[in-house]
Amino acid sequence: MLILFCPYCGVKAEETELAPGGEAHLKRIGPDGTAEEFEAYLFARKNLKGVHFERWRHAYGCGKWFLAARDTHTMQVYGTYKAQTAHATDDIVANARQARPEWVPDWPQASEAVAG
Amino acid sequence: MSRTPPFRLPRGGRLIDRAFQLAFRFDGRHLRGVQGDTLASALLANGQMLMGRSFKYHRPRGPLASGAEEPNALFGLGQGGRFEPNQRASTTALVAGMVLRSQNCWPSLDADVGAINTWLSPLLPAGFYYKTFIHPRPFWKHLFEPIIRRSAGLGRAPTDPDPDRYEQAYGFADVVVVGGGIAGLTAARDAADRGGRVIVLEQNPHWGGRTPTDHDGGQAAIDALLADLRARANVTLRRNCMATGLYDHGYLLARESLADHDPNQGIPRQRLWRIRAGHVITATGALERPLSFACNDVPGVMLASAVRDFITDYGVAPGRRIAVVTNNDDAYRTALTAQGAGLEVVAVIDARPQATGDLPQAVRAAGIPVLTGTAIAKVKGGTHVEGVALCDQAGTGRVTGTLDCDVVAMSGGWSPVVHLYSHCGGRITWDEAQAMFRPDPARPPLGADGKPMVTPLGAANGDLRCAGGLERTEAPTVPVWVMPSGAPYRLRAKMWLDFQNDVKVSDVELAAREGYASVEHAKRYTTLGMATDQGKTSNINGLAVLSNALDQPLEATGTTTFRPPYTPLTLGTIAAEARGEAFQPLRKTPIHDWHASHGASFEPVGHWRRPYSYPRSGEDRHAAVNREILAVRHGVGTLDASTLGKIVVKGADAGRFLDMMYTNMMSTLPVGKCRYGLMCNENGFLMDDGVVARLSGDTWLCHTTTGGADRIHAHMEDWLQCEWWDWQVWTASLTEQYAQIAVAGPKARELLQRLPGTIDLNQETLPFMQWATGELAGIPARIYRISFSGELSYEIAVPANRGLELWETLHDTGRDLGITPYGTEAMHVMRAEKGFIMIGDETDGTVIPQDLGLHWAISKKKPDYIGKRAQARSFMKDGSRWQLVGLESLDGRVLPDGAYAVEPGVNANGQRRTQGRVTSSYHSPTLNRPIAMGLVRHGPARMGQVLDFPLPGGGMMQARIVDPVFYDKEGTRLNG
Repeated sequence: MLILFCPYCGVKAEETELAPGGEAHLKRIGPDGTAEEFEAYLFARKNLKGVHFERWRHAYGCGKWFLAARDTHTMQVYGTYKAQTAHATDDIVANARQARPEWVPDWPQASEAVAG
Repeated sequence: MSRTPPFRLPRGGRLIDRAFQLAFRFDGRHLRGVQGDTLASALLANGQMLMGRSFKYHRPRGPLASGAEEPNALFGLGQGGRFEPNQRASTTALVAGMVLRSQNCWPSLDADVGAINTWLSPLLPAGFYYKTFIHPRPFWKHLFEPIIRRSAGLGRAPTDPDPDRYEQAYGFADVVVVGGGIAGLTAARDAADRGGRVIVLEQNPHWGGRTPTDHDGGQAAIDALLADLRARANVTLRRNCMATGLYDHGYLLARESLADHDPNQGIPRQRLWRIRAGHVITATGALERPLSFACNDVPGVMLASAVRDFITDYGVAPGRRIAVVTNNDDAYRTALTAQGAGLEVVAVIDARPQATGDLPQAVRAAGIPVLTGTAIAKVKGGTHVEGVALCDQAGTGRVTGTLDCDVVAMSGGWSPVVHLYSHCGGRITWDEAQAMFRPDPARPPLGADGKPMVTPLGAANGDLRCAGGLERTEAPTVPVWVMPSGAPYRLRAKMWLDFQNDVKVSDVELAAREGYASVEHAKRYTTLGMATDQGKTSNINGLAVLSNALDQPLEATGTTTFRPPYTPLTLGTIAAEARGEAFQPLRKTPIHDWHASHGASFEPVGHWRRPYSYPRSGEDRHAAVNREILAVRHGVGTLDASTLGKIVVKGADAGRFLDMMYTNMMSTLPVGKCRYGLMCNENGFLMDDGVVARLSGDTWLCHTTTGGADRIHAHMEDWLQCEWWDWQVWTASLTEQYAQIAVAGPKARELLQRLPGTIDLNQETLPFMQWATGELAGIPARIYRISFSGELSYEIAVPANRGLELWETLHDTGRDLGITPYGTEAMHVMRAEKGFIMIGDETDGTVIPQDLGLHWAISKKKPDYIGKRAQARSFMKDGSRWQLVGLESLDGRVLPDGAYAVEPGVNANGQRRTQGRVTSSYHSPTLNRPIAMGLVRHGPARMGQVLDFPLPGGGMMQARIVDPVFYDKEGTRLNG
């Protein structure tokens, strides 16, 4: 029974107030996408043990979608952030790397920042 | 040796009050106990050692333990709706007037026919069912399964509704301490010192755990701690409160018994606490393990701790001549306790080569023989212990002597209660020195902040010493997994590991030989630990036997997963007040009360209740449906359509957004017009439909299905917030702001034109698929010229608080026109007569609009919409999909809804091949014949062909493929 901080309401929200929405940061593939691209968008989901980015809706609160960086193994929450964000913020990346030093973000800018 | 009264000792029993006698009934016999007794102590005090029959072999069983781990002494308790199976005698407090029934025996506990299974036991090893009942295949369904089902399950489920009340409550604390023993109370005091709210949960009615029973000065130490804690404002103490499960981020469930088995108190029977804890301290103690020697299941063989609990706590003598058998020092306490109570202790049989600690020395000093390096070769006796045969622990069971006794108090060491700690991810480690699994300090369960959220303490953490300086030094436990160590098969086949499910040492060894090397597989193959006690006494012994059979260390074998609840929870507690009318909220339209007072027969639609039909006296529901349909087709009827979802979409980019949401073009819809729209998900499958009206340049009103209103609004918000969040669009659900009434039938216009108003309802000014706004009968209204019935139809939306007024005005005004209220079923039949699809009937989440012949509602011009790419996938376009057709029954019977059309041949599983199914099927009163719609492979290209529909239970119906529009194909009526 998770507790996640709603970045819109500014409150700690119980899992019973929230509705899950699956993996975050998917890029929508429209009519021009190839069969492979579309299959990946529609069906291929990460199923990892460790740092995971996911969508949650504060369904019985403000109704807004937000994103959470959560460890699927330890249940540690590295941070939550608004849905209108391209990638997890630097402080969330830092939290995750503190708990899992071997983890590297899979988006280019942050990887460079970490490497630098 | 026979057991002789009195069984209640003349003195002692710290938990009972002999002044209060309680009468109860056990299998029809009238017995007496005293205040403070458990069922087990009360029965023992009446000389009743036989308390149950094991599940598989129906072996006679007495109580093994004195706490939550009890596997044997389970009863059916109470009568009627208050009957409950599998109630543990060891933890259920005796209440005056209780009625107990023994389980798993017939005709009686003493003379049980099923006990023949024990003689058949060589034929019933682990996996017997799996191996025996496979062939021949038809025997399984008709012979084996009914017999197995009848003998399956322990206890009987109650058949009447539970008359008791249950409730739930929420709790919040900085620290929750589970366990009110000396470790827990000490930890609570320390936590309270640090400030913050502290809750202490104790499963028993009394505080202190084992400390008052086992240690001189123990009660005084507990009393002092309690006095301290009770004086603190930030500490809450709860007894009778079992922490059953610990979940992510400190969510703890606990069941508090308030008036268990005592309905006369007039308060809720149990309360389920849903506690959010900042930190949890598990001071849950340890459970004693049995020893595995031959016939260790004979009534009278008990855990050593249970023997001294019955003596010290309840003043009950389980027997007169007690033999103690052990691999540790702690069990010597039982010898001292028993002797102190005036009972004879014939010997302490210690498997260890030597016993030189304080406790063994005290026992020797008391004149009790201590036999080291010795084991029990076999327990003598059938329905109660009569003696034991002794042998060398290091040998193969050659009998070296015998002892007469009527109770064997055994101790195989202690296992920390790690359940709560393990429920939420805490890992345990094998402690070789202490022969136990205990919490691994390096791998505790973590909270949201990544820090440990559980701290195990005391015995639950593997520290078996008593806190507070009361401990006497003890020599280490020496693991003894089989007694004697070289026991031959003949003995191992009589050593019980799981007493409730009848799993023996030989069964686990058989599982290992047959390749069930994983502990999870061996558990399921043998059913070890799968009984109602969930293996609290059997798991570790079973794992050790499995490890030895596999010749690997215990650490490598590991444990099975600890899952909540720690002890069974009754469903009543989980449901609590959410039953009957309070099960879920009920949504009512503004016109609901009128429906109720006019005889509506309601049906649930989502959380709404909608009139199915309005039966008149002498009419059933279906006759009413037929009458309502004919009234609409020939006159005028009204439908309460207020439950339809109504979502306003507004903003500079609203048209662009709706073009993505719907398959057809909504941005080009002129103001004042309506358009039927289809909504798909990214898989391309149809998820909802409804009429969209353009209210102004930047505002659309989207109607959804009744059941889809919340879901579709959430779907829109998902895309707006997460994908196109830079678009200028706002949505709002106005579902409950408007009452909406469909006025349908050839006389609809005539009726409405009788009402004063400002809206011109003529065909020329308000044709089909347009809307107008103004005033009707003095009520502000928006009128949509839309039709789901196929008739001339107006849907009138008015402010919710004026819905009933309009409805009543319509009925007053239209009486001479035969105005008739109609319900959802009439609506369903009429739309099917018209060939209109219904979400949930013609769609099931795997149907695309193209399957339903709705190509006309799919824009070819739009570059994109949700589902467009998915609908271009090869298998969506390969032409072999099942497609919508009408079905005409050949023999005049109504096709069963959901019936499948078969075709020649069988599939890979030997089942008939199918080529379609019925999606909607009704008797049409309009046409006075059955009508149906269905999805059929290549259906539209096969008009006139006849399909076979096998019926459940045999027989066959045939139907011809026809056009799905059965009524007014040209649409002259709804355009009229």
